Amino acid sequence: MILSFLKSREAILAGAILVLVVAIASRFPAFVTPANLANVFNDTAPLIILALGQMVVILTRCIDLSVAANLALTGMVVAMLNTAMPGLPVPLILLLAVSLGALMGLLNGLLVWRLDIPPIVVTLGTMTIYRGIIFVISGGEWINAHEMSDAFKAFPREVVFGLPVLSWIAIVVVLGFVVLIGRTPLGRAFFAVGGNPHAAVYTGINVGQTQCAAYVISGALAGLTGYLWVARYAVAYVDIAGGFELEVVAACVIGGISIAGGVGSVGGALLGALFLGIVKNALPVINISPFWQLAISGSAIIIAVAFNATSSRTKGRVILKKAEHAA
Amino acid sequence: MVMLANTQGSADVHPQTGEAVSPILSLKGVSKSFPGVKALSEVSLELFPGEVTALVGENGAGKSTIVKVLTGIYQPDAGEISIAGTSVTFPTAQDAGRAGVTAIHQETVLFDDLSVAENIFIGHAPKTKFGLIDHKTMVNKAKALLDRIGARIDPAVTLRDLGIANKHLVAIARALSIDANIVIMDEPTASLSHKEIEETYELVERLKAEGKAILFISHKFDEIFRIADRYTVFRDGQMVGAGRISEVSEQELVKLMVGRSVDQVFPKRSPQLGKEVLKVVGYSHPTEFEDIGFSLRAGEILGFYGLVGAGRSEFMQALFGITKPSKGAIRIDDQVAVIRDPNQAIGHGIVYVPEDRGKQGAIKGLPIFQNVSLPSLKETSRKGFLRLAEEFKLARDYTRRLDLRAAALDQDIGELSGGNQQKVVIAKWLATKPRVIILDEPTKGIDIGSKAAVHEFMAELAAEGLAVIMVSSEIPEILGMSDRVIVMREGRIAAEYEGDELTPEHLVRAAAGITEVRS
Repeated sequence: MILSFLKSREAILAGAILVLVVAIASRFPAFVTPANLANVFNDTAPLIILALGQMVVILTRCIDLSVAANLALTGMVVAMLNTAMPGLPVPLILLLAVSLGALMGLLNGLLVWRLDIPPIVVTLGTMTIYRGIIFVISGGEWINAHEMSDAFKAFPREVVFGLPVLSWIAIVVVLGFVVLIGRTPLGRAFFAVGGNPHAAVYTGINVGQTQCAAYVISGALAGLTGYLWVARYAVAYVDIAGGFELEVVAACVIGGISIAGGVGSVGGALLGALFLGIVKNALPVINISPFWQLAISGSAIIIAVAFNATSSRTKGRVILKKAEHAA
Repeated sequence: MVMLANTQGSADVHPQTGEAVSPILSLKGVSKSFPGVKALSEVSLELFPGEVTALVGENGAGKSTIVKVLTGIYQPDAGEISIAGTSVTFPTAQDAGRAGVTAIHQETVLFDDLSVAENIFIGHAPKTKFGLIDHKTMVNKAKALLDRIGARIDPAVTLRDLGIANKHLVAIARALSIDANIVIMDEPTASLSHKEIEETYELVERLKAEGKAILFISHKFDEIFRIADRYTVFRDGQMVGAGRISEVSEQELVKLMVGRSVDQVFPKRSPQLGKEVLKVVGYSHPTEFEDIGFSLRAGEILGFYGLVGAGRSEFMQALFGITKPSKGAIRIDDQVAVIRDPNQAIGHGIVYVPEDRGKQGAIKGLPIFQNVSLPSLKETSRKGFLRLAEEFKLARDYTRRLDLRAAALDQDIGELSGGNQQKVVIAKWLATKPRVIILDEPTKGIDIGSKAAVHEFMAELAAEGLAVIMVSSEIPEILGMSDRVIVMREGRIAAEYEGDELTPEHLVRAAAGITEVRS
């Protein structure tokens, strides 16, 4: 049991993160103070939340490129609502953000399920549409800190038990996903649909419906993150989180979630996001231009995929050996 | 057609001209083994220029293996292949092509999005002096080739826009473009309409006239007797007969095909038939099958026999709710049942173990126990949450009954052998406690030991009162296991046999559409 864990993808990735942190700490001990690590985690929280949503979509052999646009549109909508009605309580705003995000996810899901359009095309389209809508409703204007109510801005930053609410939400989402993935029929269905859609059909699982559910989850989390993002940075404009969808997909891939579907874990997605978050936060500290971050995450993706490919290949050889042995 | 006057006893004389001909291709003592299976055992085969040799045999007789040996895909373990008297080897498919052997497969291997001309010349397109593809010459040559085989196809159109028959013609033109002398046609008429079949026969005649040696693989006796000059019969990987088609009768050919030494032992059963569980009336589908009706009783094993493409699997898929029938009704326990998706079928106690385990059965990436519990999650979970311990228990109970050989139940199913994967898939369905179980080719591609275990288990299921439907293309299995057999042909029920009528001859005749069943 322990041995198989040590050999798992997650353990190797965790080891890589540990080596990275130790290497940084050897030159810049300040990086590993609990306060700074908490900061890094808080900074990575949106990526973690979105990566988990993306994970279930990728598990079902789909992809959601519209997450960042969904986030930006929801963020803009709640920011405008807040400007128009500053009295709106935060729980209601949260509910609205999640629902709006889920609705956008549902649109993706229905297009994939009912019209059978390839997922990459659907979400590339809706990504552009959602960004366009932000421009239309905002007229290209920014909504700045002074236009937002204090309660609206304060929520994600409020510190509870030593951590900001944003961090706590990420933790709750992670725990929620542990239950969803490991302990519910829907979670199991994601793996079945991605692992073998034909077999899933014979088992009575509706493949399209399951994929649609994944999109709704991904959309709902994007909506949630939309509010948190806008409130944390206290600004909303057309281009917020531009290109962030690629970082989200990267976190999943680094975390060992197979783009071919059916393989992945909550721990993997979490570690993949943390890896990118640590790299992003460490580079300025060790005086490397943040532009290197792109090259580093790109390399990490390729290394992760190459690693996964070779590890599954050796597994194939073992099977052949076994078959020869049995024959 | 081919009249024989003075060729008695001289196989090397051309039937029409009376001149002596020697085989262009001959195989001697060719053997090929796979782990656990001897696919070909010292077979010989001869093909003559300007003649069609029909290769007949049941599924699993070694027909496709010999095609793969001839086209360089498999290497024989022993034996000799010679072309025009010279011994040759085909280390790769290209070598076979260069030696003038080409195969036209059941499923044409062509590129849908390329033009007809590009399909014909892909890999050996005519070049300009700059090394670029000479489009004009290619189209002209393609046109000439298509004319030669009498195909009215514009070489510039995209292949996707052609029907199956025309795609076959393109495949044939491609075969001719590499100047093949030996053409292998693997069930070329299996999915064609009547008119298209006639055109294919004409084409075969043209190829004969050009002096090509043709190996024609077919299950249809009418066409074998119509176009073949010679026959070769394979059974269980051995050549059991060959000669001139005019010197053999349908009856004798069927006997050669099925008259086997029964080396497989089937479990002894004394069926206790209960009351009717399932009744199907007039099930029809717009394109795949029509007017299928039968009844099934508890404890019964009902076999479905037929050729590939007879619509058996398609009907089973409709019965299971994967595709929708256009007409027809189902009664379960004498109650009208509506099945529109697999969930409803499972709800009514009907389960389907599909033919293609890899594609439709096992879910790789999920451990064994989760594969087993997948359709039973409603029972093993509580308040919407899964209980892994319950799933594990369920999987342990059912895999133990099937004698599954696995290191641990949390092992990935992909690490198991084919036979053991099949057991997991069957365990998965049994765990739903079904009334009717449909097994589609339950022992296809698994080793003898696992086969026997699956047969044993089927007998047990029936003894426990389950109604079993078994789709199989293997005659010994159908005869050895079934209480009753329905033979399907071209989407319809061709015949139903039980008791003493269950003979190999009856099945083969009904499936092939030979009318004078009772002689």
